[in-house]
Amino acid sequence: MNIHQPRADVTGRTLAIVGELKGLEGPLLPILHEIQHEFGYVPQDCLPVIARELNLSRAEVYGVFSFYHDFREHPAGRHVLKLCRAEACQSMGGDQLAERAKRLLGIDFHETTPDGAVTLEPVYCLGLCSCAPSAMLDGEVHARVDADDLEALVAEARR
Amino acid sequence: MTTMTTKIYIPRDAAALALGADKVAKAMEEATAARGLDATIVRNGSRGLHWLEPLVEVETPEGRVAYGPVKARDVASLLDAGLVTGGNHALCLGKTEDIPFLKQQTRLTFARCGVIDPLSLDDYRAHGGLRGLQNAIAMEPMAIVAQVTDSGLRGRGGAGFPTGIKWKTVLEAAGTRKYIVCNADEGDSGTFADRMIMEGDPFVLIEGMAISGIATGATKGFIYTRSEYPHAIATMAEAIEIARAAGVLGPSVLGSGRAFDMEVRTGAGAYVCGEETALLNSLEGKRGIVRAKPPLPAHKGLFDCPTVINNVISLASVPIIMDRGAAFYRDFGMGRSRGTIPIQIAGNVKHSGLFETAFGLALGETIDHIGGGTASGRPVKAVQVGGPLGAYFPRALFDTPFDYEAFAARDGLIGHAGIVVFDDTADMLKQARFAMEFCAIESCGKCTPCRIGSTRGVEVADKIAAGIEPEKNRELLADLCNTMKFGSLCALGGFTPYPVVSAMTHFPDDFKPAPLVEAAE
Repeated sequence: MNIHQPRADVTGRTLAIVGELKGLEGPLLPILHEIQHEFGYVPQDCLPVIARELNLSRAEVYGVFSFYHDFREHPAGRHVLKLCRAEACQSMGGDQLAERAKRLLGIDFHETTPDGAVTLEPVYCLGLCSCAPSAMLDGEVHARVDADDLEALVAEARR
Repeated sequence: MTTMTTKIYIPRDAAALALGADKVAKAMEEATAARGLDATIVRNGSRGLHWLEPLVEVETPEGRVAYGPVKARDVASLLDAGLVTGGNHALCLGKTEDIPFLKQQTRLTFARCGVIDPLSLDDYRAHGGLRGLQNAIAMEPMAIVAQVTDSGLRGRGGAGFPTGIKWKTVLEAAGTRKYIVCNADEGDSGTFADRMIMEGDPFVLIEGMAISGIATGATKGFIYTRSEYPHAIATMAEAIEIARAAGVLGPSVLGSGRAFDMEVRTGAGAYVCGEETALLNSLEGKRGIVRAKPPLPAHKGLFDCPTVINNVISLASVPIIMDRGAAFYRDFGMGRSRGTIPIQIAGNVKHSGLFETAFGLALGETIDHIGGGTASGRPVKAVQVGGPLGAYFPRALFDTPFDYEAFAARDGLIGHAGIVVFDDTADMLKQARFAMEFCAIESCGKCTPCRIGSTRGVEVADKIAAGIEPEKNRELLADLCNTMKFGSLCALGGFTPYPVVSAMTHFPDDFKPAPLVEAAE
């Protein structure tokens, strides 16, 4: 049993989201997306609530949550910088760009700067392979990213 | 003299946006207003000439004139040069249709992409849209299936399975509830054709899915796409609303009395969900774990119901087949690969973008002539065709024609027809290691060869790189690839050996010190 009592707002919002989406066929992914959209991550307190409402076991819900790369257990930084690490971007210097980003931010992939400003994440393909290397800052796409562009992106994210 | 509002086209495709198209559109809007010019801006899809994005076009009596790549700071000088009447400028590319990269193509599936306003159903109709669906609703389901079968259309996701046969299986399957699932989980590096269709001509996909539904008795469709494609998701969702409001979707498709509706679903960053059975599990709200086949999805697919699962490009190619006839489509191509294929030229290449052409074009042609060689100006070392699970081909294999069987005969695969070009600075051992690393990150974990094999593969590649018993470890890597190829449940573990083995075979020097014996090319 969970020894933590879910916070009222988390439970309330989760119930509202589940109520809104449970009529969909296969509602679990849409629900998890919406919860992450709402809170910026998937608070673990949500999972038993979802499980109860969808008549699933908590293990099943946790299993789905943990399977997908997108869903976070903890809040991200204020900005999320994703760098494409796939082959087309590799062919255009993506690896060097990634090293540079790590140095500029002082963090590795999957980490957040100590001031909570930026989370750095790898992404495997943004579909911008014809104008590599590419990046995404808070959902906004950038292509043919060179060293100067990267510095500008990092500066923007740091603000 | 009457004046007509001039149409200026500035793409809304993600590639154009990533290169500043929104800034260009804003600057254009402000500048045309400030100058009192009678112009309106249309946000079209991309023509696929990505090295020229953002590609701005203006409608003139002689046809559309193109400018690119345009930056926001170029707008003033473009207008000074008379852009609204197709005036000359350093960035002027002449008539769009005459640009060789475009002129050499055979655009069937992408006929409207980049041409029309993607969210204008009137534009869509004016450019031949909905004619295929109109024809289909007047036909018996079996006749639609027969027409698609006769066209020779094969699955463009990579497997190349005949689309008509798949539909026939679903049509004949017993069941009151059937589904059409569009696999838009385009995760392969080097591919963006699905994204371009969803952003540039979403109604063609809706039309293709509606035809598929009417042909098989399915009344519900899902487009499963990637969270990495926010623009495609937004455009698709909006297009579905528009189609529903216009009666293209709903309880009576185009007044036929036959029902079909659909929705967009978003994945959550798992590459393996591009595998059809993992995708179905994900749609059902489960972990994206691969299912053993049989049962085939056509018999027991989504929620155990008979399900057509087709790639975006397969479905988007159906409307023209139903409009122009099976023979029209089948007359393009070579061997058993009929029709056209949208080749995506990406990576280190000068003229990058989407090139739709009949099957049969030689690989080298797309890279050297159409692609213009590398962007870096250095020699081409290798090209990877078909995404992270596709083989690396050296120049010696550049005569391979785009044909499912021809690629298979050379231990490669067309996949989703993406090409990633690498120059001579590429380290093929590193690329082989990445293939294993990627498989390890993305493995669903169900079968051992993929789950464990990929991690062992990374370790063995590292040992070779470190010079630890290189000969023994190369043999071990080849053996491991053999196990993964034949022992994995799906293409992720089963095809990861393609890039690894091809890298070892064709680029033995990168796996030094001792070159492989079988590498004599």
